[in-house]
Amino acid sequence: MSTARKKTELKNLSGSIDMAQKPNNSNGEGKAIETGSWRLKGGLAQMLKGGVIMDVVNADQAKIAEQTGAVAVMALERVPADIRRDGGVARMSDPKMIKDIINSVSIPVMAKCRIGHLAEAQILQHLGVDYADESEVLTPADTNFHVNKWDFNMPFVCGATDLGEALRRIGEGAAMIRTKGEAGTGDVVQAVFHARTVIGQLKKIISLNDEELMTEAKNLGAPYELLTEVKKLGRLPVVNFAAGGIATPADAALMMQIGVDGVFVGSGIFKSGDAEKRAKAIVQATTHYNNPEILAKVSEDLGEPMVGISVSTLPKEERLEKRGV
Amino acid sequence: MRIGILALQGDFQEHATCFTKLDISVTEIRSAADLEIIDGLVIPGGESTTIAKLLNESGLNDSIVKKSDLGMPIWGTCAGLILISKELSESDPPTMGLIDIKTSRNYYGRQIDSFVENIYFASETVPFEAIFIRAPGIIETRGNVVTLAKSRNKIPIAVREDNILGTSFHPELTDDLRIHEYFLTMAEDSHKKLENLKEN
Repeated sequence: MSTARKKTELKNLSGSIDMAQKPNNSNGEGKAIETGSWRLKGGLAQMLKGGVIMDVVNADQAKIAEQTGAVAVMALERVPADIRRDGGVARMSDPKMIKDIINSVSIPVMAKCRIGHLAEAQILQHLGVDYADESEVLTPADTNFHVNKWDFNMPFVCGATDLGEALRRIGEGAAMIRTKGEAGTGDVVQAVFHARTVIGQLKKIISLNDEELMTEAKNLGAPYELLTEVKKLGRLPVVNFAAGGIATPADAALMMQIGVDGVFVGSGIFKSGDAEKRAKAIVQATTHYNNPEILAKVSEDLGEPMVGISVSTLPKEERLEKRGV
Repeated sequence: MRIGILALQGDFQEHATCFTKLDISVTEIRSAADLEIIDGLVIPGGESTTIAKLLNESGLNDSIVKKSDLGMPIWGTCAGLILISKELSESDPPTMGLIDIKTSRNYYGRQIDSFVENIYFASETVPFEAIFIRAPGIIETRGNVVTLAKSRNKIPIAVREDNILGTSFHPELTDDLRIHEYFLTMAEDSHKKLENLKEN
């Protein structure tokens, strides 16, 4: 990719129009002035705000997720708790399963590809997936490089543990960020740590003087242009959800109060006793996160939660958050 | 003047930012009681199935229908348009039926088909950049419904019936505030009418 193109695209983060986007006739006679552009990619994430994105492994679970109020589903072959248990190499799901899920629900469908696996990403785009998650939950395909997400019309969400990582992913074209947490544990501690880290670092950037930004870019390992953008906007240039270890309505409310835009719930729902009831409760809690009366009501009598693993007992090499930073 | 934005799910903050730029006070609406202090209500973009469930569980849908019957201006954008439609091509979600149109969800396709188009709103001669994200299509307008804008393939994309406004695109995602200003004139008219009623 040429430097010139990257610069134009980064400039678009502020919301200016990219007139260089190729015209397209996908909507019949209408002539779109843009498709697959930055603001369309980021725009879908804005529509998901205040919502719950649920991991599903088949069409039946996808339907339950839709009926209980999920804003989107994440199609994957095994939920993180099972990937953790089974070990081995975790890859993109079978396209047939993804197609089944796309055909069974009306809400957006997301699917995961391995870090750096551009061919898997191309397959997901071809299938009509609404958002790709280049995810550390799957076994990374490339230990050095992520997918160049500017090459796609399909938007991407990527994980991050701090602001530098989030801005590197946005620099590569991610239109949505999720803090990583520690997937498949049911322990919210790392989700809290990563969200607080990103938000704390954002506050610091906003308070810096312009002459301090370049050194901070060096310290964070973040693109300088994006740091100036963060300072100008007073926030991340994309939507930021929390993920990795959210298992209860109270966990979701906690993350919302810390200041994320919404939550991903992976193993927490379909690895619990009464998935439907828990899913509904987490949706309610994400909306009414500031209302303890509603939180108390929806948290009542939810049955068995997923069996948790305390992150502090996990050996370092089993920490998914360390992948692809 | 105070505008309420339904804040159950979706891009309600983006709408709030637009009204704040116009110096209008905004209240986030999460319960029926919140409706009592506002002069107009916006139902934002988001996932219509999700918002419909939250509307039902909070009891807000019945209260919104009552306010609509009393003449409160209500504007639905994208998912909001779906929720105010009288009829849907699909069986889900249940809608509040505030405007006599038939709407079809995800009419223009999946996210990969999302697009921006220059449109002309009402009598405006300067184009408006309309952002369509997995947008619904208005496939039929009936009765007193007025079409305020059409896309180039002749599908209505902005409609009004008395106190109800609907757009299938997202004016809140652009810096162009003309449609927000248009809704404010609707809210001001209704506010004046109510004041007159009180005086008499």
